[in-house]
Amino acid sequence: MNRAVVVGACAAGLAAAETLRREGYDGTLTLIGDEPHPPYDRPPLSKQLLASDWEADRLVLRAADDIAALDLDLRLGTAATGLDLAGRVVRLADGSRVPYDGLIVATGVRARRLPGGGGHVLRTLSDALALRERLGPGRHLVVVGAGFLGAEAAAVAWRLGARVTLLEPAPVPLAHAVGEEVGRMLSRAHLDRGVELRTGVTVTEVGDRAVRLADGEVVEADEVLVAVGSLPNTEWLADSGLAVGDGVVCDAYLEAAEGVYAAGDVARWHNPLFGTAMRVEHRTNAAEQGMAAARNLLRPEGRKPFAPVPYFWSDQYDMKVQAYGFLRGHDEVAVVEGDLAERRFVAAYRTGARVTGALAVGMPPKVIRLWRRSIASRASWDEVAGHRVT
Amino acid sequence: MKVELEADKCVASGQCVVAAMEVFDQDDDGIAVLLAERPGAEHLDSVREAVAVCPAAAIRLVEK
Ligand SMILES: Cc1cc2nc3c(=O)[nH]c(=O)nc-3n(C[C@H](O)[C@H](O)[C@H](O)COP(=O)(O)OP(=O)(O)OC[C@H]3O[C@@H](n4cnc5c(N)ncnc54)[C@H](O)[C@@H]3O)c2cc1C
Ligand code: SF4
Repeated sequence: MNRAVVVGACAAGLAAAETLRREGYDGTLTLIGDEPHPPYDRPPLSKQLLASDWEADRLVLRAADDIAALDLDLRLGTAATGLDLAGRVVRLADGSRVPYDGLIVATGVRARRLPGGGGHVLRTLSDALALRERLGPGRHLVVVGAGFLGAEAAAVAWRLGARVTLLEPAPVPLAHAVGEEVGRMLSRAHLDRGVELRTGVTVTEVGDRAVRLADGEVVEADEVLVAVGSLPNTEWLADSGLAVGDGVVCDAYLEAAEGVYAAGDVARWHNPLFGTAMRVEHRTNAAEQGMAAARNLLRPEGRKPFAPVPYFWSDQYDMKVQAYGFLRGHDEVAVVEGDLAERRFVAAYRTGARVTGALAVGMPPKVIRLWRRSIASRASWDEVAGHRVT
Repeated sequence: MKVELEADKCVASGQCVVAAMEVFDQDDDGIAVLLAERPGAEHLDSVREAVAVCPAAAIRLVEK
Protein backbone atom coordinates (compact mmCIF):
# COMPACT_ATOMS: atom_id res chain seq x y z
CA MET A 1 0.00 0.00 0.00
CA ASN A 2 1.40 3.36 -1.07
CA ARG A 3 -1.61 5.60 -1.03
CA ALA A 4 -3.81 5.69 2.05
CA VAL A 5 -6.78 8.06 2.20
CA VAL A 6 -8.82 8.93 5.30
CA VAL A 7 -12.07 10.85 4.80
CA GLY A 8 -13.31 12.72 7.89
CA ALA A 9 -10.82 14.66 9.99
CA CYS A 10 -11.99 14.37 13.58
CA ALA A 11 -11.54 11.84 16.37
CA ALA A 12 -11.81 8.67 14.28
CA GLY A 13 -10.00 9.96 11.21
CA LEU A 14 -7.15 11.39 13.24
CA ALA A 15 -6.74 8.17 15.23
CA ALA A 16 -6.64 6.21 11.98
CA ALA A 17 -4.03 8.50 10.44
CA GLU A 18 -1.86 8.44 13.57
CA THR A 19 -2.05 4.68 13.82
CA LEU A 20 -1.05 4.16 10.19
CA ARG A 21 2.09 6.21 10.79
CA ARG A 22 2.85 4.68 14.17
CA GLU A 23 2.61 1.20 12.71
CA GLY A 24 5.18 2.01 10.10
CA TYR A 25 3.18 3.08 7.04
CA ASP A 26 5.35 5.57 5.14
CA GLY A 27 3.46 6.11 1.90
CA THR A 28 1.25 9.08 0.99
CA LEU A 29 -1.38 9.75 3.66
CA THR A 30 -4.23 12.02 2.63
CA LEU A 31 -6.62 13.29 5.32
CA ILE A 32 -9.75 14.96 3.96
CA GLY A 33 -12.16 16.97 6.10
CA ASP A 34 -14.96 19.32 5.12
CA GLU A 35 -14.67 21.51 8.21
CA PRO A 36 -12.05 24.26 8.03
CA HIS A 37 -10.61 23.44 11.48
CA PRO A 38 -7.87 20.99 12.33
CA PRO A 39 -9.24 17.94 14.19
CA TYR A 40 -11.10 19.03 17.32
CA ASP A 41 -13.04 17.46 20.13
CA ARG A 42 -16.84 17.51 20.24
CA PRO A 43 -17.86 16.48 23.77
CA PRO A 44 -16.81 19.84 25.27
CA LEU A 45 -19.11 21.64 22.80
CA SER A 46 -22.14 20.95 25.01
CA LYS A 47 -20.13 21.27 28.24
CA GLN A 48 -17.07 23.49 28.85
CA LEU A 49 -17.29 25.43 25.59
CA LEU A 50 -21.02 26.16 25.84
CA ALA A 51 -20.50 27.26 29.45
CA SER A 52 -17.60 29.54 28.40
CA ASP A 53 -15.32 27.67 30.80
CA TRP A 54 -13.12 26.93 27.82
CA GLU A 55 -12.38 28.73 24.60
CA ALA A 56 -12.20 27.04 21.21
CA ASP A 57 -8.40 26.69 21.24
CA ARG A 58 -8.65 24.08 24.01
CA LEU A 59 -10.61 21.75 21.77
CA VAL A 60 -7.82 20.95 19.31
CA LEU A 61 -7.06 17.26 19.52
CA ARG A 62 -3.35 17.56 18.74
CA ALA A 63 -0.75 20.29 18.90
CA ALA A 64 0.25 21.69 15.51
CA ASP A 65 3.68 20.05 15.65
CA ASP A 66 2.15 16.63 16.40
CA ILE A 67 -0.02 17.02 13.30
CA ALA A 68 2.96 18.21 11.24
CA ALA A 69 4.94 15.14 12.34
CA LEU A 70 2.36 12.92 10.63
CA ASP A 71 3.51 14.24 7.24
CA LEU A 72 -0.04 14.44 5.90
CA ASP A 73 -1.45 15.51 2.59
CA LEU A 74 -4.06 17.47 4.56
CA ARG A 75 -7.15 18.72 2.72
CA LEU A 76 -9.23 20.70 5.17
CA GLY A 77 -12.32 22.64 4.15
CA THR A 78 -12.81 20.16 1.30
CA ALA A 79 -15.69 17.68 1.15
CA ALA A 80 -15.47 14.29 -0.46
CA THR A 81 -18.36 14.10 -2.92
CA GLY A 82 -18.04 10.64 -4.42
CA LEU A 83 -16.34 7.28 -4.35
CA ASP A 84 -15.43 5.05 -7.28
CA LEU A 85 -14.90 1.63 -5.72
CA ALA A 86 -13.77 -0.15 -8.85
CA GLY A 87 -11.37 2.60 -9.86
CA ARG A 88 -10.28 3.23 -6.25
CA VAL A 89 -10.70 6.98 -6.42
CA VAL A 90 -12.26 9.52 -4.05
CA ARG A 91 -13.78 12.59 -5.72
CA LEU A 92 -13.60 15.95 -3.96
CA ALA A 93 -15.78 19.05 -4.09
CA ASP A 94 -12.96 21.08 -5.61
CA GLY A 95 -13.01 18.76 -8.61
CA SER A 96 -9.86 16.86 -7.73
CA ARG A 97 -9.65 13.09 -7.63
CA VAL A 98 -7.61 11.23 -5.03
CA PRO A 99 -6.61 7.68 -5.91
CA TYR A 100 -6.11 5.22 -3.07
CA ASP A 101 -4.87 1.73 -2.31
CA GLY A 102 -6.55 1.81 1.11
CA LEU A 103 -9.46 3.98 2.30
CA ILE A 104 -10.87 4.70 5.73
CA VAL A 105 -14.29 6.33 5.94
CA ALA A 106 -14.73 8.40 9.11
CA THR A 107 -17.27 11.03 8.11
CA GLY A 108 -19.29 10.90 11.33
CA VAL A 109 -22.86 12.07 11.65
CA ARG A 110 -24.70 15.37 11.51
CA ALA A 111 -27.54 16.72 13.58
CA ARG A 112 -31.07 15.86 12.52
CA ARG A 113 -33.43 18.76 12.03
CA LEU A 114 -37.21 18.90 12.21
CA PRO A 115 -39.81 20.27 9.79
CA GLY A 116 -39.61 24.04 9.62
CA GLY A 117 -35.85 23.70 9.80
CA GLY A 118 -35.42 26.49 12.36
CA GLY A 119 -33.56 26.69 15.62
CA HIS A 120 -30.03 25.74 16.57
CA VAL A 121 -28.43 22.34 16.38
CA LEU A 122 -25.31 21.34 18.31
CA ARG A 123 -22.79 19.28 16.41
CA THR A 124 -19.97 21.54 15.25
CA LEU A 125 -17.80 24.21 16.79
CA SER A 126 -19.67 26.92 14.91
CA ASP A 127 -23.01 25.52 16.11
CA ALA A 128 -21.80 25.72 19.70
CA LEU A 129 -20.39 29.22 19.36
CA ALA A 130 -23.62 30.46 17.76
CA LEU A 131 -25.76 29.01 20.56
CA ARG A 132 -23.51 30.19 23.35
CA GLU A 133 -23.67 33.77 22.10
CA ARG A 134 -27.43 33.70 22.59
CA LEU A 135 -27.59 32.19 26.08
CA GLY A 136 -27.58 34.15 29.29
CA PRO A 137 -29.59 35.32 32.27
CA GLY A 138 -33.26 35.78 31.54
CA ARG A 139 -33.19 34.20 28.10
CA HIS A 140 -35.71 31.46 27.45
CA LEU A 141 -34.25 28.37 25.78
CA VAL A 142 -36.53 25.65 24.47
CA VAL A 143 -34.71 22.35 23.95
CA VAL A 144 -36.43 19.83 21.70
CA GLY A 145 -35.35 16.35 22.80
CA ALA A 146 -34.27 15.37 26.32
CA GLY A 147 -31.61 12.83 25.36
CA PHE A 148 -28.05 13.12 26.60
CA LEU A 149 -27.21 16.06 24.36
CA GLY A 150 -30.39 18.00 25.16
CA ALA A 151 -29.97 17.34 28.87
CA GLU A 152 -26.36 18.55 28.86
CA ALA A 153 -27.26 21.74 27.00
CA ALA A 154 -30.20 22.35 29.34
CA ALA A 155 -27.91 21.96 32.36
CA VAL A 156 -25.40 24.46 31.00
CA ALA A 157 -28.08 26.97 29.99
CA TRP A 158 -29.59 26.72 33.47
CA ARG A 159 -26.18 27.40 34.99
CA LEU A 160 -25.86 30.47 32.78
CA GLY A 161 -29.10 31.79 34.24
CA ALA A 162 -31.38 31.02 31.31
CA ARG A 163 -34.94 29.78 31.72
CA VAL A 164 -35.07 26.34 30.16
CA THR A 165 -37.93 24.22 28.81
CA LEU A 166 -37.25 20.65 27.68
CA LEU A 167 -39.75 19.04 25.31
CA GLU A 168 -39.63 15.27 25.02
CA PRO A 169 -41.95 12.88 23.15
CA ALA A 170 -41.28 9.84 25.37
CA PRO A 171 -43.03 9.57 28.75
CA VAL A 172 -39.64 9.16 30.46
CA PRO A 173 -36.57 10.69 28.82
CA LEU A 174 -33.84 8.22 27.87
CA ALA A 175 -35.90 5.25 29.05
CA HIS A 176 -35.25 3.36 25.79
CA ALA A 177 -31.51 3.66 26.41
CA VAL A 178 -31.03 3.41 30.16
CA GLY A 179 -34.31 2.02 31.46
CA GLU A 180 -37.21 3.78 33.12
CA GLU A 181 -35.93 4.02 36.66
CA VAL A 182 -32.59 5.51 35.70
CA GLY A 183 -34.30 7.75 33.17
CA ARG A 184 -36.64 9.06 35.86
CA MET A 185 -33.75 9.67 38.22
CA LEU A 186 -31.92 11.68 35.55
CA SER A 187 -35.09 13.71 34.87
CA ARG A 188 -35.35 14.62 38.52
CA ALA A 189 -32.11 16.58 38.20
CA HIS A 190 -33.90 18.98 35.84
CA LEU A 191 -37.00 19.33 37.96
CA ASP A 192 -34.98 19.96 41.14
CA ARG A 193 -33.51 23.03 39.51
CA GLY A 194 -36.69 24.43 38.13
CA VAL A 195 -35.97 23.41 34.57
CA GLU A 196 -39.32 22.71 32.97
CA LEU A 197 -39.60 19.20 31.54
CA ARG A 198 -42.63 18.41 29.41
CA THR A 199 -42.83 14.76 28.43
CA GLY A 200 -45.17 13.08 25.97
CA VAL A 201 -45.14 16.11 23.68
CA THR A 202 -44.29 15.85 20.01
CA VAL A 203 -42.88 18.84 18.18
CA THR A 204 -44.10 19.05 14.60
CA GLU A 205 -42.50 22.28 13.45
CA VAL A 206 -39.54 24.35 14.54
CA GLY A 207 -39.02 28.03 13.93
CA ASP A 208 -36.22 30.22 15.27
CA ARG A 209 -38.37 31.71 18.05
CA ALA A 210 -41.11 29.13 18.59
CA VAL A 211 -42.05 25.52 18.11
CA ARG A 212 -45.40 23.98 17.27
CA LEU A 213 -46.64 20.86 19.05
CA ALA A 214 -48.74 18.05 17.60
CA ASP A 215 -51.88 19.38 19.32
CA GLY A 216 -51.39 22.80 17.74
CA GLU A 217 -49.99 24.56 20.81
CA VAL A 218 -47.19 27.01 20.10
CA VAL A 219 -44.35 27.28 22.61
CA GLU A 220 -42.48 30.55 22.29
CA ALA A 221 -38.80 30.94 23.04
CA ASP A 222 -35.86 33.29 22.66
CA GLU A 223 -33.81 30.43 21.28
CA VAL A 224 -34.64 26.89 20.21
CA LEU A 225 -32.20 23.99 20.28
CA VAL A 226 -33.10 20.87 18.30
CA ALA A 227 -31.45 17.82 19.87
CA VAL A 228 -33.27 14.90 18.28
CA GLY A 229 -30.43 12.65 17.19
CA SER A 230 -28.30 12.42 14.14
CA LEU A 231 -27.93 11.13 10.61
CA PRO A 232 -24.81 9.36 9.32
CA ASN A 233 -22.86 11.32 6.69
CA THR A 234 -23.06 8.76 3.91
CA GLU A 235 -24.67 10.72 1.05
CA TRP A 236 -21.30 11.05 -0.66
CA LEU A 237 -21.18 7.24 -0.86
CA ALA A 238 -24.53 6.88 -2.61
CA ASP A 239 -24.19 4.89 -5.86
CA SER A 240 -20.65 3.89 -4.89
CA GLY A 241 -21.66 0.27 -4.35
CA LEU A 242 -20.78 0.42 -0.64
CA ALA A 243 -23.54 -0.98 1.55
CA VAL A 244 -25.11 1.90 3.44
CA GLY A 245 -27.97 1.54 5.90
CA ASP A 246 -27.95 3.69 9.02
CA GLY A 247 -24.19 4.00 8.58
CA VAL A 248 -21.54 2.29 6.49
CA VAL A 249 -22.11 -1.44 6.88
CA CYS A 250 -18.92 -3.28 7.85
CA ASP A 251 -17.97 -6.74 9.02
CA ALA A 252 -16.39 -7.53 12.38
CA TYR A 253 -13.03 -6.34 10.98
CA LEU A 254 -14.51 -2.94 10.07
CA GLU A 255 -14.11 -3.72 6.39
CA ALA A 256 -16.87 -2.40 4.12
CA ALA A 257 -15.39 -3.50 0.79
CA GLU A 258 -11.99 -4.68 -0.32
CA GLY A 259 -9.48 -2.11 0.90
CA VAL A 260 -12.23 0.10 2.39
CA TYR A 261 -12.77 0.37 6.14
CA ALA A 262 -15.00 2.58 8.28
CA ALA A 263 -14.65 3.94 11.82
CA GLY A 264 -16.35 6.23 14.30
CA ASP A 265 -19.93 7.47 14.44
CA VAL A 266 -20.54 6.59 10.78
CA ALA A 267 -19.58 2.89 11.07
CA ARG A 268 -22.08 0.12 11.63
CA TRP A 269 -20.21 -3.06 12.36
CA HIS A 270 -20.74 -6.48 13.85
CA ASN A 271 -19.39 -6.47 17.41
CA PRO A 272 -18.58 -10.11 18.22
CA LEU A 273 -18.47 -9.43 21.97
CA PHE A 274 -22.21 -8.76 21.89
CA GLY A 275 -23.02 -10.84 18.82
CA THR A 276 -24.87 -7.97 17.19
CA ALA A 277 -24.44 -5.17 14.67
CA MET A 278 -24.13 -1.75 16.26
CA ARG A 279 -23.27 1.84 15.50
CA VAL A 280 -22.24 3.88 18.52
CA GLU A 281 -21.75 7.61 18.79
CA HIS A 282 -19.19 7.64 21.56
CA ARG A 283 -15.99 9.57 21.76
CA THR A 284 -13.75 6.72 22.93
CA ASN A 285 -15.17 4.37 20.33
CA ALA A 286 -14.24 6.81 17.57
CA ALA A 287 -10.57 6.70 18.58
CA GLU A 288 -10.43 2.97 19.26
CA GLN A 289 -12.22 2.13 16.06
CA GLY A 290 -10.04 4.46 14.01
CA MET A 291 -7.00 2.66 15.40
CA ALA A 292 -8.45 -0.78 14.75
CA ALA A 293 -9.49 0.07 11.18
CA ALA A 294 -6.00 1.40 10.44
CA ARG A 295 -4.33 -1.74 11.79
CA ASN A 296 -6.57 -4.06 9.82
CA LEU A 297 -6.06 -2.05 6.65
CA LEU A 298 -2.31 -2.10 7.06
CA ARG A 299 -2.00 -5.77 8.00
CA PRO A 300 -4.89 -7.73 6.51
CA GLU A 301 -3.05 -11.00 7.20
CA GLY A 302 -3.05 -10.37 10.96
CA ARG A 303 -6.37 -8.57 11.16
CA LYS A 304 -8.46 -8.75 14.31
CA PRO A 305 -12.19 -8.40 14.88
CA PHE A 306 -13.15 -5.17 16.64
CA ALA A 307 -14.82 -6.30 19.87
CA PRO A 308 -14.74 -3.42 22.36
CA VAL A 309 -16.82 -2.68 25.42
CA PRO A 310 -18.32 0.68 24.37
CA TYR A 311 -17.85 3.50 26.88
CA PHE A 312 -19.82 6.71 27.19
CA TRP A 313 -19.98 9.54 29.67
CA SER A 314 -22.21 12.58 30.06
CA ASP A 315 -22.03 15.57 32.40
CA GLN A 316 -25.40 16.82 33.65
CA TYR A 317 -25.45 19.44 36.39
CA ASP A 318 -23.23 18.05 39.16
CA MET A 319 -23.58 14.45 37.93
CA LYS A 320 -21.17 12.51 35.79
CA VAL A 321 -22.95 9.61 34.15
CA GLN A 322 -20.69 6.82 32.93
CA ALA A 323 -21.85 3.81 30.97
CA TYR A 324 -20.08 0.70 29.74
CA GLY A 325 -21.34 -1.89 27.31
CA PHE A 326 -24.40 -2.06 25.12
CA LEU A 327 -27.49 -1.00 27.03
CA ARG A 328 -29.97 -0.71 24.20
CA GLY A 329 -32.53 -3.49 23.97
CA HIS A 330 -31.76 -4.80 27.46
CA ASP A 331 -34.12 -7.23 29.16
CA GLU A 332 -33.61 -6.13 32.76
CA VAL A 333 -32.02 -3.37 34.82
CA ALA A 334 -31.02 -3.72 38.47
CA VAL A 335 -29.37 -1.30 40.85
CA VAL A 336 -26.46 -3.41 42.06
CA GLU A 337 -24.47 -0.91 44.11
CA GLY A 338 -25.37 2.28 45.95
CA ASP A 339 -28.73 3.98 45.84
CA LEU A 340 -30.59 5.72 43.02
CA ALA A 341 -32.15 8.29 45.32
CA GLU A 342 -28.73 9.38 46.57
CA ARG A 343 -27.43 9.67 43.01
CA ARG A 344 -24.58 7.30 43.84
CA PHE A 345 -25.15 3.96 42.21
CA VAL A 346 -24.31 1.37 39.62
CA ALA A 347 -27.14 -0.04 37.52
CA ALA A 348 -26.42 -3.29 35.69
CA TYR A 349 -28.14 -4.33 32.47
CA ARG A 350 -29.02 -7.87 31.46
CA THR A 351 -29.53 -9.06 27.90
CA GLY A 352 -30.31 -12.75 27.69
CA ALA A 353 -28.30 -14.52 30.35
CA ARG A 354 -25.39 -12.07 30.34
CA VAL A 355 -24.54 -8.77 31.91
CA THR A 356 -24.15 -6.51 28.89
CA GLY A 357 -24.05 -3.05 30.40
CA ALA A 358 -23.43 -0.94 33.48
CA LEU A 359 -24.25 2.68 34.20
CA ALA A 360 -22.75 4.53 37.13
CA VAL A 361 -23.20 7.90 38.79
CA GLY A 362 -20.95 9.15 41.59
CA MET A 363 -19.13 5.86 42.15
CA PRO A 364 -15.39 5.38 42.63
CA PRO A 365 -13.50 4.43 39.46
CA LYS A 366 -12.36 1.07 40.77
CA VAL A 367 -15.95 -0.09 41.17
CA ILE A 368 -16.83 1.03 37.68
CA ARG A 369 -13.81 -0.72 36.18
CA LEU A 370 -14.85 -3.99 37.82
CA TRP A 371 -18.16 -3.81 36.02
CA ARG A 372 -16.39 -3.10 32.77
CA ARG A 373 -14.38 -6.26 33.30
CA SER A 374 -17.53 -8.33 33.90
CA ILE A 375 -18.96 -7.12 30.61
CA ALA A 376 -15.70 -7.76 28.73
CA SER A 377 -15.47 -11.29 30.12
CA ARG A 378 -19.06 -12.09 29.14
CA ALA A 379 -19.95 -12.78 32.76
CA SER A 380 -23.32 -14.37 33.36
CA TRP A 381 -25.95 -12.27 35.08
CA ASP A 382 -26.48 -14.76 37.88
CA GLU A 383 -22.79 -14.82 38.66
CA VAL A 384 -22.23 -11.08 39.05
CA ALA A 385 -25.53 -9.30 39.42
CA GLY A 386 -28.26 -11.70 40.39
CA HIS A 387 -27.22 -12.21 43.98
CA ARG A 388 -26.28 -8.60 44.63
CA VAL A 389 -29.67 -7.12 43.93
CA THR A 390 -31.01 -5.60 47.11
CA MET B 1 10.17 8.54 27.92
CA LYS B 2 8.33 11.49 29.42
CA VAL B 3 4.56 11.68 29.84
CA GLU B 4 2.47 14.80 30.48
CA LEU B 5 -1.05 14.79 31.84
CA GLU B 6 -3.38 17.79 31.79
CA ALA B 7 -5.55 16.81 34.71
CA ASP B 8 -8.03 19.67 34.23
CA LYS B 9 -8.95 18.27 30.81
CA CYS B 10 -9.46 14.73 32.13
CA VAL B 11 -13.04 13.44 31.94
CA ALA B 12 -12.44 10.47 34.25
CA SER B 13 -13.02 7.81 31.63
CA GLY B 14 -10.40 5.44 33.01
CA GLN B 15 -9.31 4.44 29.50
CA CYS B 16 -5.67 5.26 30.28
CA VAL B 17 -5.70 2.90 33.27
CA VAL B 18 -7.12 0.14 31.11
CA ALA B 19 -4.37 0.78 28.53
CA ALA B 20 -1.40 1.28 30.90
CA MET B 21 -2.04 0.25 34.48
CA GLU B 22 1.55 0.71 35.56
CA VAL B 23 1.63 4.32 34.42
CA PHE B 24 -1.83 5.71 35.23
CA ASP B 25 -4.27 5.51 38.08
CA GLN B 26 -7.41 7.49 39.00
CA ASP B 27 -8.16 9.39 42.18
CA ASP B 28 -11.48 8.99 44.01
CA ASP B 29 -13.20 11.39 41.62
CA GLY B 30 -11.90 9.43 38.68
CA ILE B 31 -9.36 12.06 37.63
CA ALA B 32 -6.24 10.47 36.20
CA VAL B 33 -2.96 10.59 38.09
CA LEU B 34 0.48 9.76 36.73
CA LEU B 35 2.18 6.97 38.63
CA ALA B 36 5.41 7.61 36.77
CA GLU B 37 6.34 10.75 34.86
CA ARG B 38 9.23 8.95 33.19
CA PRO B 39 8.11 5.37 32.77
CA GLY B 40 10.53 2.77 31.41
CA ALA B 41 10.76 2.02 27.71
CA GLU B 42 8.88 -1.24 28.18
CA HIS B 43 5.73 0.86 28.68
CA LEU B 44 6.09 2.81 25.42
CA ASP B 45 3.43 0.87 23.51
CA SER B 46 0.87 0.96 26.29
CA VAL B 47 1.44 4.69 26.90
CA ARG B 48 0.97 5.36 23.19
CA GLU B 49 -2.25 3.41 23.36
CA ALA B 50 -3.37 5.56 26.31
CA VAL B 51 -2.53 8.77 24.43
CA ALA B 52 -4.56 7.57 21.47
CA VAL B 53 -7.63 6.40 23.37
CA CYS B 54 -7.88 9.21 25.93
CA PRO B 55 -11.20 10.86 25.01
CA ALA B 56 -10.07 14.21 26.37
CA ALA B 57 -6.72 14.42 24.57
CA ALA B 58 -5.29 15.00 28.05
CA ILE B 59 -2.18 12.84 27.74
CA ARG B 60 0.91 13.69 25.75
CA LEU B 61 4.08 11.79 25.12
CA VAL B 62 6.62 14.60 25.11
CA GLU B 63 9.74 12.57 24.44
CA LYS B 64 10.39 8.94 23.69
C1 LIG C 1 -22.15 18.29 21.48
C2 LIG C 1 -21.65 16.89 21.57
C3 LIG C 1 -21.38 16.32 22.82
C4 LIG C 1 -20.90 15.03 22.91
N1 LIG C 1 -20.65 14.51 24.15
C5 LIG C 1 -20.17 13.25 24.26
C6 LIG C 1 -19.89 12.70 25.53
O1 LIG C 1 -20.07 13.34 26.56
N2 LIG C 1 -19.40 11.45 25.60
C7 LIG C 1 -19.17 10.70 24.48
O2 LIG C 1 -18.72 9.55 24.59
N3 LIG C 1 -19.44 11.18 23.24
C8 LIG C 1 -19.93 12.44 23.11
N4 LIG C 1 -20.20 12.96 21.86
C9 LIG C 1 -19.98 12.11 20.67
C10 LIG C 1 -18.56 12.21 20.12
O3 LIG C 1 -18.18 13.53 20.00
C11 LIG C 1 -18.49 11.51 18.78
O4 LIG C 1 -18.70 10.14 19.01
C12 LIG C 1 -17.18 11.70 18.04
O5 LIG C 1 -16.96 13.04 17.74
C13 LIG C 1 -17.17 10.88 16.76
O6 LIG C 1 -16.02 11.13 16.03
P1 LIG C 1 -15.96 10.82 14.48
O7 LIG C 1 -14.57 11.18 14.06
O8 LIG C 1 -16.46 9.47 14.21
O9 LIG C 1 -17.04 11.76 13.79
P2 LIG C 1 -17.14 13.34 13.75
O10 LIG C 1 -16.60 13.94 14.99
O11 LIG C 1 -18.54 13.65 13.36
O12 LIG C 1 -16.17 13.74 12.57
C14 LIG C 1 -16.45 13.51 11.22
C15 LIG C 1 -15.86 14.62 10.39
O13 LIG C 1 -16.02 14.30 9.02
C16 LIG C 1 -16.51 15.43 8.35
N5 LIG C 1 -17.21 15.03 7.12
C17 LIG C 1 -18.49 14.61 6.98
N6 LIG C 1 -18.78 14.34 5.67
C18 LIG C 1 -17.65 14.60 4.98
C19 LIG C 1 -17.30 14.53 3.60
N7 LIG C 1 -18.18 14.10 2.68
N8 LIG C 1 -16.04 14.88 3.23
C20 LIG C 1 -15.15 15.30 4.16
N9 LIG C 1 -15.42 15.39 5.47
C21 LIG C 1 -16.65 15.04 5.89
C22 LIG C 1 -17.40 16.08 9.36
O14 LIG C 1 -17.69 17.43 9.05
C23 LIG C 1 -16.55 15.94 10.61
O15 LIG C 1 -15.62 16.97 10.69
C24 LIG C 1 -20.69 14.26 21.74
C25 LIG C 1 -20.98 14.82 20.48
C26 LIG C 1 -21.45 16.12 20.38
C27 LIG C 1 -21.76 16.71 19.04
S1 SF4 D 1 -8.08 8.38 29.50
FE1 SF4 D 1 -7.91 10.61 29.57
S2 SF4 D 1 -9.91 11.29 30.27
FE2 SF4 D 1 -9.81 9.11 30.72
S3 SF4 D 1 -9.09 9.03 32.84
FE3 SF4 D 1 -7.28 8.89 31.52
S4 SF4 D 1 -6.59 11.02 31.30
FE4 SF4 D 1 -8.67 11.10 32.10
